[in-house]
Amino acid sequence: MTLIIEQLLNGLQLGVMLFLMAAGLTLVFGVMGLINLAHGSLYMVGAFACAAVATATGSFWLGVIASLAAAAAAGAIVELVVIRRLYSRDHLDQVLATFALILVFSEGTRWLFGSFPLFLDVPAAFSGPVTLPGGIEYSRYRLAIIAAGLLIAVGLYALITKTRLGIRIRAGESDREMIAALGVDISKLYTIVFALGAALAGFAGALVGAIQSVQVGMGEPVLILAFVVVVIGGIGSVKGAFVGALLVGMTDTLGRFLLPVFFGTFMDPSSATSVGSALASMSIYILMALVLVAKPSGLYGDAI
Amino acid sequence: MLRERILNFVFAFGLLAVPLIAYVSDAPFVITLATKVAILALAGVGLNIALGLGGLISLGHAAFFGIGGYAMGILASHAQSYTLLTTWPFEIAGTKSMLIIWVVALASSGLAALIIGALSLRTSGAYFIMITLAFGQMLFFFAISWPAYGGEDGLPIYLRNGFPGLNTLDPIQFFTITYVILGLALFLSSRLSKSRFGLALQATRQNPERVEAVGMRPFNIRLTAFLISGMITGLAGALFADLNRFVSPSMFSWQTSGEIMVFVILGGVGRLYGPVAGAALFILLEHWLGGINDYWQFLLGLILLGVVLFARGGLIGTLVGREVAHD
Amino acid sequence: MGLLKTFTAAATVLAIAGMASAEPVKVGMITTLSGGGAGLGIDVRDGFMLAVAQSGNSDIEVVIEDDQRKPEVAVQLADEMIQSEKVDVLTGIIWSNLAMAVVPAATAQNVFYLSPNAGPSALAGQGCHKNYFNVAWQNDNLHEAAGAYANSANYANSFIMAPNYPAGQDALTGYKRFYEGGLAGEVYTQLGQKDYASEIAQIRASGADSVYFFLPGGMGIAFMKQYAQSGVDIPLLGPAFSFDQGILQAVGEAALGVRNTSQWNKDLDNPANAAFVENFQAEYGRLPSLYASQGFDTANLLLSAMAAADVSDADAFRAALEAANFDSVRGDFAFGPNHHPIQNIYVREVIKEGDVFTNQIIATGLTNHSDAYAADCKM
Repeated sequence: MTLIIEQLLNGLQLGVMLFLMAAGLTLVFGVMGLINLAHGSLYMVGAFACAAVATATGSFWLGVIASLAAAAAAGAIVELVVIRRLYSRDHLDQVLATFALILVFSEGTRWLFGSFPLFLDVPAAFSGPVTLPGGIEYSRYRLAIIAAGLLIAVGLYALITKTRLGIRIRAGESDREMIAALGVDISKLYTIVFALGAALAGFAGALVGAIQSVQVGMGEPVLILAFVVVVIGGIGSVKGAFVGALLVGMTDTLGRFLLPVFFGTFMDPSSATSVGSALASMSIYILMALVLVAKPSGLYGDAI
Repeated sequence: MLRERILNFVFAFGLLAVPLIAYVSDAPFVITLATKVAILALAGVGLNIALGLGGLISLGHAAFFGIGGYAMGILASHAQSYTLLTTWPFEIAGTKSMLIIWVVALASSGLAALIIGALSLRTSGAYFIMITLAFGQMLFFFAISWPAYGGEDGLPIYLRNGFPGLNTLDPIQFFTITYVILGLALFLSSRLSKSRFGLALQATRQNPERVEAVGMRPFNIRLTAFLISGMITGLAGALFADLNRFVSPSMFSWQTSGEIMVFVILGGVGRLYGPVAGAALFILLEHWLGGINDYWQFLLGLILLGVVLFARGGLIGTLVGREVAHD
Repeated sequence: MGLLKTFTAAATVLAIAGMASAEPVKVGMITTLSGGGAGLGIDVRDGFMLAVAQSGNSDIEVVIEDDQRKPEVAVQLADEMIQSEKVDVLTGIIWSNLAMAVVPAATAQNVFYLSPNAGPSALAGQGCHKNYFNVAWQNDNLHEAAGAYANSANYANSFIMAPNYPAGQDALTGYKRFYEGGLAGEVYTQLGQKDYASEIAQIRASGADSVYFFLPGGMGIAFMKQYAQSGVDIPLLGPAFSFDQGILQAVGEAALGVRNTSQWNKDLDNPANAAFVENFQAEYGRLPSLYASQGFDTANLLLSAMAAADVSDADAFRAALEAANFDSVRGDFAFGPNHHPIQNIYVREVIKEGDVFTNQIIATGLTNHSDAYAADCKM
């Protein structure tokens, strides 16, 4: 039982991290109509900025601030130099240009930081396990990630529904020409939204970098998972991204844990683990296919 | 259109002339490079039918490329170890015959294209891009974790498969095979774009409502285009595996999908010879920039960015001038 | 093709007469210098080139190319080196899957292949070849030594874990080949997986007395950091790949005290090794890694064969390679009948020296160890 609860927490933790990635993707798509393959690079930028600053200053928290700043700055610069030329283009040009940006970011980072992974450790205050009610031991840091992710989800909800910026973002999603006609500085709004999405990705990169490894190419696997989340949730819907992220997080974690056990009931152990792991690695894509059959525009997307 | 036709001739002739000169001057590796260009161009010709004619931005064509590759790898590995592929419901043996392998590669990638297409084409736009990417990734993980055919290690095939009357291990003869297939695919693609089906396909890209209004179902037209596109890319995958005498899951990776798309764009979307020009340019850049420094992909990224932002017609579009082939 | 980066080892003008053999040898090195895993290839290259430079032998020309860790790129580079460059010897490949793609075709074309890292079982057993020499290890070796060490440490209930791909399955097979205790669990993870929360939860619940894991590269870094955070304190055991000099600094404190198996360490007490560690640091400004030591040994093996025979006389050159008449940084080194090493495999522990994390040898896992496949090799 404690094992199941621990696995549910793990699924939740993966889910909220994916949400941070997917929220930026889906916002940028909803407001600007842009598909951004380079979102994973911003995740990497955040992780590298955090690792570099944390190593130089000895403070993880300064590193986190640096990750937000660096990712937001990288996002803003990329938006100003490249991305804004793409809004009027078709998706094909967007895919190509952002694919090119991945190459530039990845190799550029390798150029600056070398080929070996960077060191980034969990801050001392969150290090080690914590005992939850019911005697469950769980990593304090992962618990903090869950809390931070949920807080950001609430904050994002408040930002979009309660603030002036949020009103503009929603207006931008429903009618781009109209809000420009109403005198909103649309290009500034776009830069802000893009930088916001980038900062969320960078933040996720920094948080995850501390328990995984900080290295070139870390962003793309997460990017593809985030795509799956966005497709499941419905493109443009932040709420959909949240639900989709939790679904994907749970499916992936529980699938990896339960499928080998399931196959173990009627196969010999080594082929059961191997078949189970093979299927588990495909489970979220199967989930995506099932959602698409039922709702082609995702759970919370507008009908196509 | 005249200038484009002259250019097409230059590319077709150039791709033939380079390996011939290399053959005469005994530089076999240049022939191998030209073969690679021809095969990658073939994959691009496949994608171009979905992308250029149909406007279907598939970021998952590596799925078909990989399936074609594995069709070759699985058949040839059974032939090379003298084991049966299946014993039930009937016995199937492996084979080292290119012709049979091509048929199997076409059939299996076609089947995959039907399934992936039927699911993905329920959506459009950005959904379609992300979903095709995700399906490609799903097959990538499957290929890695399925141990029977080498998993992530891939499958080496020690001898290239055979073609009646030819010695396929001789670089120039193998090049000839790929060149002829590329020519056939280009011919098919050119006929297709002018056929009733091709016109309907281009109409579904520009105005699906109108297509529906005249009584055709855009879904069926798109699915057919996706099927043909996937099959051609699958055949390219089988040839690519034969070129390397090796298949691995990296053929399924999303970078492969991205690169196939890059060939098409570098050359010029919707241009008949776009993939040929693009693949040739890509291989040249890879060798030239790779020779300059280890971080050549950084420069490649910048060049690609430049092409997308400032030279929208790709290489052919730029050379031809302002005649725009796709809207 | 003027595109190749050609490094000619003519740095030392004072080539000592008599050391140089009559005939120049052209070496093609295909290794991973860009993308993920580039650190390993760079170390193999640097170790190899250090040995070449130190020898002062100007009859060896090394052509170095980057395979980007892609099998199809490696195959083409091999074709290019054999067909255009007409190399005599190929070397450098890091990954087993790339080796499987390149080696059989290369050896069939009468090129010698000296493996500085990968040792897939297919090339050690039935697929062995007279022109293929492995200077590093057969892939199972380090795992076998870990299994043997687990017995001597009285572990009776191991939880074992590896990615679900051939090298991962071989790793666990290798461990089980020597380990005599029971298994608390056997888990295959996804290749490239970065989050091990689920597996750690299973370890916690399993009641194991030891955890054996094979997770190369970034996977191992992620696992160890997360394991240290989880509060599970079952001792970890692994092969050297997750504890090497290049990686340890990224793992940090989380690796301290972890035992791992390796055929080499910088504190191995022999003159060749002491000189190697010192010179490598002087030349490149970092501590040498396992991979650097393997690159260094590979070059010295080649140089020893060049001193004894002409490469054009393939049989004599092969015999010279088989003799392995060089001072290995591992101390004693010999080839078995399948051209794979017979060597000691040690158990190391991760320690901190000043600010730098590194390893020290605490025990010998297996002595004069060969591999499980040699009997299948009919050369």
